[in-house]
Parts: sequence; C-alpha cells; structure tokens
Amino acid sequence: MRPFAFERADDLAQAARLGTGTGQGQTDAKTQYLAGGTTLIDLMKLDVLRPERVIDIGPLRRSHDFIDVDPAGLYVGAFAKMSVVATHPGVIEGYPAIAESLQLAASAQLRNMATLGGNVLQRTRCAYFRDPTWNACNKRNPGSGCAALKGYNRNHAVLGVDDSCIAQYPGDFAVALVALEAQVDLTGPQGPRRLSMESLHAPLDGQPHIETTLRPGEIITGFLVPAAAWNRRSLYLKVRDRTSYEFAISSAAVALDLDGESVRQVRIGLGGMAYRPWRSTEAEHSLMGKVLTEANAEIAAAAALNDAKTHGDNDYKPELARRTLVRALLQAKSKSLTAGA
Amino acid sequence: MTLDPHATVNPGSVVTITRRTVLTGGAALAAVGAEPLLAAAQEKTHRTVSGAAPVTLRVNGQRREMVLDVRVTVLDALREHLHLTGSKKGCDQGQCGACTVQIDGERVLSCLTLAVAAQGKHIETIEGLAGKDGRLHPMQQAFIDQDAFQCGYCTPGQIMSAVACVREGHAKTDADIQEYMSGNLCRCAAYPKIVAAIKQARDRMEPT
Repeated sequence: MRPFAFERADDLAQAARLGTGTGQGQTDAKTQYLAGGTTLIDLMKLDVLRPERVIDIGPLRRSHDFIDVDPAGLYVGAFAKMSVVATHPGVIEGYPAIAESLQLAASAQLRNMATLGGNVLQRTRCAYFRDPTWNACNKRNPGSGCAALKGYNRNHAVLGVDDSCIAQYPGDFAVALVALEAQVDLTGPQGPRRLSMESLHAPLDGQPHIETTLRPGEIITGFLVPAAAWNRRSLYLKVRDRTSYEFAISSAAVALDLDGESVRQVRIGLGGMAYRPWRSTEAEHSLMGKVLTEANAEIAAAAALNDAKTHGDNDYKPELARRTLVRALLQAKSKSLTAGA
Repeated sequence: MTLDPHATVNPGSVVTITRRTVLTGGAALAAVGAEPLLAAAQEKTHRTVSGAAPVTLRVNGQRREMVLDVRVTVLDALREHLHLTGSKKGCDQGQCGACTVQIDGERVLSCLTLAVAAQGKHIETIEGLAGKDGRLHPMQQAFIDQDAFQCGYCTPGQIMSAVACVREGHAKTDADIQEYMSGNLCRCAAYPKIVAAIKQARDRMEPT
C-alpha cells in the first residue's frame, strides 16, 4: 500500500472541509473518505485506489446511525451498519426488500463493518478493474480501452453498457433502493441537498471513470425510502454461484401493490445485470393494470431486457435475468402479509 | 520503540529459539527497521499524520501502546507488533475470514481495519479466549473434540467467528450456522465438523 496522510473528521463540517479532493469516483482522486473500509482498504492494497489523504469519517457514526420507521417512510443514517439494518424488526416487516438485500450480501463480518453509505458506493468486481497489471481499463485509466470486452466477461453487465466499459455494479442494497424510489441525503462544502437514488450513480456515457454525481467533499448522510402501498409486498431475490457470501449473478427487487389479482402499482429493480443500480420502468409499465400471471410477468421481463447487450461469456445473462424477475414477481404475489398491514 | 518492549530486538540478549520465535522473528526485525518513523511521528504531533502515529489498542483486556505506520492494519499490529500470531493472514483482502477478531464485541475482519482507525477500541483475539486458569473456551474444546480442522490455519478465525455466531443467536439450526459462518473459508473443507463443533459449544456456552 502506498503512503498516505491520515486525518480524522469528528463532524460533517470538518469532513466536508477536509474532503474537497474526493472527486466523483475517479481512481486517481487525491482524497478518499474511510468509513467501514471494506472497499477502500481492499482497493488500496490492490493499488487500484491511491489516495494521498485518507479522511476517517468513522466518528460520524455517533450522529448518523439512526433507523427511523414512521408514517413518512423509512429513514436510515448512512453510517448504520448493514448487519443492524438487515435485522431491524421495523425494516424486516415494512421494507422486506431492503432488509433482504442487506441480509443476503457479503458475510457476517463484512456486514458488521460496512456502512450503508459505503455500501452503495462499493466498486465493481470487474477483474480487470481490480488488477492494475492490466493496462486497458477505462475506469482506472481513461482512454486506455476495456480489457473485458473481449476478455473474461462471464459476470459483466448487459444493461447500461457501451464499448467504453461493461463493468457490473455489484451491490444489492442500492438495487432495492432504486426500486423503492429512495432518496439520498448529502452534505458537502456547499451545504446539504437531497437526490433521488437513481441519480446518485452516473450513467456511463463513455465516461466510466466518473462513477457518481457526488460533488467533491460530499458525504452521504442518510437514505429515505418513502412510505408506499407496495413496500410491504416487496422482496429481494438473489441468484448466486454459491448459496452464501457471493455477489449476485442476477437479482431482482420487486414491490407490488395488488388489487385482487391485478397490479395497481409495481416497482422493479435489477441487480447483477447492469452498469449501475438498475430500475426497469419498462417492465413496470408493462404490468400496470394487468392481472399478474406468469405469462404477463414474462412479457414484463422481456421488456426489462430488451436493450441487453452481451459480450460472449455473459450471453446467458438476459435469460437468467428474465427468469429471476418472473420468479420474484410470482413470489411477491403469493407472499402472505401478516395482519396489521 | 520504547512504548512496546515486545517490538524490539536486543542483539546482545540470549534468545531461546522456539517455533513461535522463528515465526515472529521476521516481524521483530521489521519493527527495528521502523525506528526512524518514531522520530517522524514525534515531529508531527499537531499536524496531519503520515508515516507513523501513536496507536493505543485494548487487546484482550490489556492496554497496548504502539507507534505504527498509518498503513498498518489491526491484523499486522497484532501479529507483527504485539506478537499475537493466533490471528491468521490468509487472503489479506477481506475474503477468507482467517483474520477474524472481535472489535467492541462484534466479529470483524482485522485485515481490512486500519489500526489507526481503531484507536482505543477493545479487541478480542483467539489468545484471549481461554480462561485465566488456562482452561479452554467451550468453542476451542469443541473444535478439538469434533476434530473440526485439518491444517488448522483457518481455525482461529473460525473459532472467533463461531463464538460470535452463538452469541448473536445465529447457531440455532445447521442452516443458520452454515449461513452465518459463510465468511470463514476452510480450504480443507472441514465444514461438517465445524458445524458439529459449533453445536457442541452452543449447548455449553453460558448465555451472554
């Protein structure tokens, strides 16, 4: 690991002042914030991230690890640990897709370390990104090309990609957040602001080195999942190469508001499939007002993967995504909600 | 280096060679090499810390003061500076669980935790698990009774994780144990016996 200067921020104002060099996800950003460390320390050891300054924002946990479930929705502090939110009774009951997306991720140890804010900002697992001995990686070295296009790309993205990068967003929690129309609270040198989760991760647009729309120095302080009729009938279905402690090769976050057998409202997110946390409004529109049958779920799933672009090893992914989504929709439909809804 | 007498090597002293001193000898030499960093740290008291920093950890109930490069992880602080070599370095990338310790009562990966970011925290390692009378913790005894290892390299991490797994209430069923122990890999694949050991210890551990 390369040498760096270490500083600790005890409050948000101090953090924002110290963190002006954090950039928007560029690997050559001069400054990095350190929270749980499960992404940052790993990538610094691999020499992918090379910060000159590391700002420890761990002390912000004292003020930002809250979990509030109230009539307006679910509001969680960005420094709450994955393990705590995943097992919170109010989250499990009211927002099962959120709880499941956290519970099915990583390992018990990592969930005890990782914060929610850090979780949504985790980096791709693309092997060419994680190994600096490969020169061609537009995410690390803008303009150098993409080794994955013609390389080993079994778990690379098929949605939201172009020829500059096919890296996959690896997280689960952010997929549930975009499906449930969550908002993210930020604080930075220019003060606080609120964004939709869908606009936190930048679309690719040929610029894979710019991963987020965060302004330099901005810190995620919390997430708001608005109250909605579909939250309780939600779930996160994750398909993996092994049963536990593995990233998704395909996942779906679905939330349903049913009128009898018909879909009054539906929200759909896809994981393990796209360049960034992916919401499929195409699939949602396809189901609106329809009876939720397997056939209609298949039509919606086809719409979700309509623009999929594969590169050889990941040719199997669109079909897996369609089957994952169909199964998730039918499971959500048959989910029995306990009294007290 | 005066802060930690165990981190220095006196060339004139008589050293009894044991397997453990061979294992940790390289670490002690590395610590001598770090001597100039101490001076750098003392010059930088009121500024941003780069190079070496004073770090205080509470390890197995003991306050331990060290001067460490800010890059040193809790795992390396334990192994190389405090000579507590029970916690193992497997992948060093947060993937295998061999380095599992408990910090402030929760199981975490010491290889992904910077020591300087763990200032003042309580760290429990495999060395602190046995009773003061030397009596093994029920989980340690269970791993022996159930023959829950072959090469043994992952075992300290397995045991630290397993103790937490039981305390968390996640050892009620085989499926629970498998899920909540998935962060500890065993390349010898002693998994069935590890599950058996955790079930044995679960029934003998005092409720906490």
